[in-house]
Amino acid sequence: MLVTCISFFAYEFYVFRKTTTEKLSTIGKIISTNSTAALAFDDSENAKEILAALKAEPHIVAAALYNKDGELFSKYSADRRDTNFFPKKPQQDGYRYIRSHIDGFEPILQDERRLGTLYLRSDLGGMYDRFRVFGVVAILVIFLSFILAYLLSMILQKSISKPILTLSETAKVISNQKDYSVRAVKSGNDEVGGLTNAFNNMLEEIEKQNKTLSEFNKNLEQKVSDRTEQLETVNKELESFSYSISHDLRAPLRGVVGFAAILEEDYGNKLDDEGKRIISVIKNNTLKMGRLIDDLLTFSRMSRQDIMRTNIATNKMVRDVIEDLVPGDKKPAIHWDIQNLPDLKGDINAIRQVWVNLISNAVKYSATKKQPQIEIGSFKSNGQTVLYIKDNGVGFDEKYKNKLFQVFQRLHSEQDFEGTGIGLAIIKKIISKHGGHVWAEGEKDKGACFSFSLSDNENI
Amino acid sequence: MNYDSVEILLVEDNINDAELTIRELKKHHMANNLFHVKDGEEALEFIFATGRYANSRNVMSSPKVVLLDIQMPKVNGIEVLEKVKADERTRATPIVILTSSKEDPDIKTCYALGANSYIVKPVNFEGFAESIRNLGFYWLLINQPPK
Repeated sequence: MLVTCISFFAYEFYVFRKTTTEKLSTIGKIISTNSTAALAFDDSENAKEILAALKAEPHIVAAALYNKDGELFSKYSADRRDTNFFPKKPQQDGYRYIRSHIDGFEPILQDERRLGTLYLRSDLGGMYDRFRVFGVVAILVIFLSFILAYLLSMILQKSISKPILTLSETAKVISNQKDYSVRAVKSGNDEVGGLTNAFNNMLEEIEKQNKTLSEFNKNLEQKVSDRTEQLETVNKELESFSYSISHDLRAPLRGVVGFAAILEEDYGNKLDDEGKRIISVIKNNTLKMGRLIDDLLTFSRMSRQDIMRTNIATNKMVRDVIEDLVPGDKKPAIHWDIQNLPDLKGDINAIRQVWVNLISNAVKYSATKKQPQIEIGSFKSNGQTVLYIKDNGVGFDEKYKNKLFQVFQRLHSEQDFEGTGIGLAIIKKIISKHGGHVWAEGEKDKGACFSFSLSDNENI
Repeated sequence: MNYDSVEILLVEDNINDAELTIRELKKHHMANNLFHVKDGEEALEFIFATGRYANSRNVMSSPKVVLLDIQMPKVNGIEVLEKVKADERTRATPIVILTSSKEDPDIKTCYALGANSYIVKPVNFEGFAESIRNLGFYWLLINQPPK
């Protein structure tokens, strides 16, 4: 608006100057035509009269006539007190703007003969008057526009901003309270109303999905809790089952072994060698059954029990296990090479069971060698600590490697080596519960090497 | 039999186990004053001189040791242990739990209730005989009972 006003002013200024000049020039021409006679006859009275007629034009502040020699002949001043500004000599013809005036020199001609020059001075009061009017109008227009704009914005606020603000307020409430049942209030059928509708539809969709989701969750929770309950029941049953097995199966076995032993003790002298052999077969089988029960129970206990990680001083643990497993008289026969072993983080009972099984296996399967050798050591591989036990015993056929860690799988006959076939399965169970790996390398009659690593992640 | 002179009270429902136990103790001359009851109910009657044993024994004449099986019909070993250890008159009586299984989740319970010892009967006869022999020696000859 300001730009419009300024450009309008500029245009007006230009036009006004042009019309003022034209108007002054017209007046000049009329006066100069009228004053030819006065100049020709050197009639100064007549000249004065002619110039005095300029009183009708309030903006012409001064006028003068010069004769053909350029001398001041007659003068007129709207304000008689100030007469000093008349130029002594006429200047070049034409109209010029000088500060706040227009000065004009008009030739006075008669039949192409120059009789003199007319001087006219006009002030720019007219222009200023107009500009004043323009200014007032412009201010008025600006003021009115402001009022209009304000009123318009009030109306628009009601119809646009307010609904949008309400909408955003609703959105805030929903995001704060997570209550998707809240709906925005629709204010009209315009675009904002459409937006509100879309918003409400979206909310409805969210609410619907939330409902489905929470129902799904509820079902899931129910399912999980049902399953947990079932699992707990099964676990409890399993526990009491192993309890019964360990208690009720062992008691009759003790009877069989015990009474066979009594038979041997009390009636041994009445039996021949075959009779004694049969008694020892009965005893051995019963004892084996007892070991089987013990191993199976260990296996099932390891499956059920949670791992409780603590720091394990491996060096001490290995030494203690060897001390427990290998009777003093057998120890010198085996060449032990036990390196310094790193501490482990694991379940102390479970890891001890691993060492018990590994070491007793190494002792058992190298016992037939003239010079049994058992090496226990460790190394780092891919940032993980690997522990291994290596013997020079009977080893195993690599072909059947995958059967090694399965329950009841044996690679040697019962006659050659006693065993239940559960020991390595227990090891595997324990190591995988620790998030680790166990593997074996071996060659027939050249020994075996069993290695394991535990995951460093304590959360497993 | 004079019930007040009983030194070993064997509480065992399995007659084979009982026979093996008694035989081993007899072999080492420790079964002269042994008395065998076949369930927890009878054990309680004996110890507290009630029921079948009312008026035939004095509660205060405690045996030197009670060998107590856990799994028994009617009243099990744990209940017997609990009652004996809860009673001022019988609390000092040494109780050795004899059970078939090391899987027993009752080991902790038994010690918490004040069992004096907890022994797992091995399947192999030599081991079993050794355990019985040792506990007989310990409780009858080495241990000094309260006067």
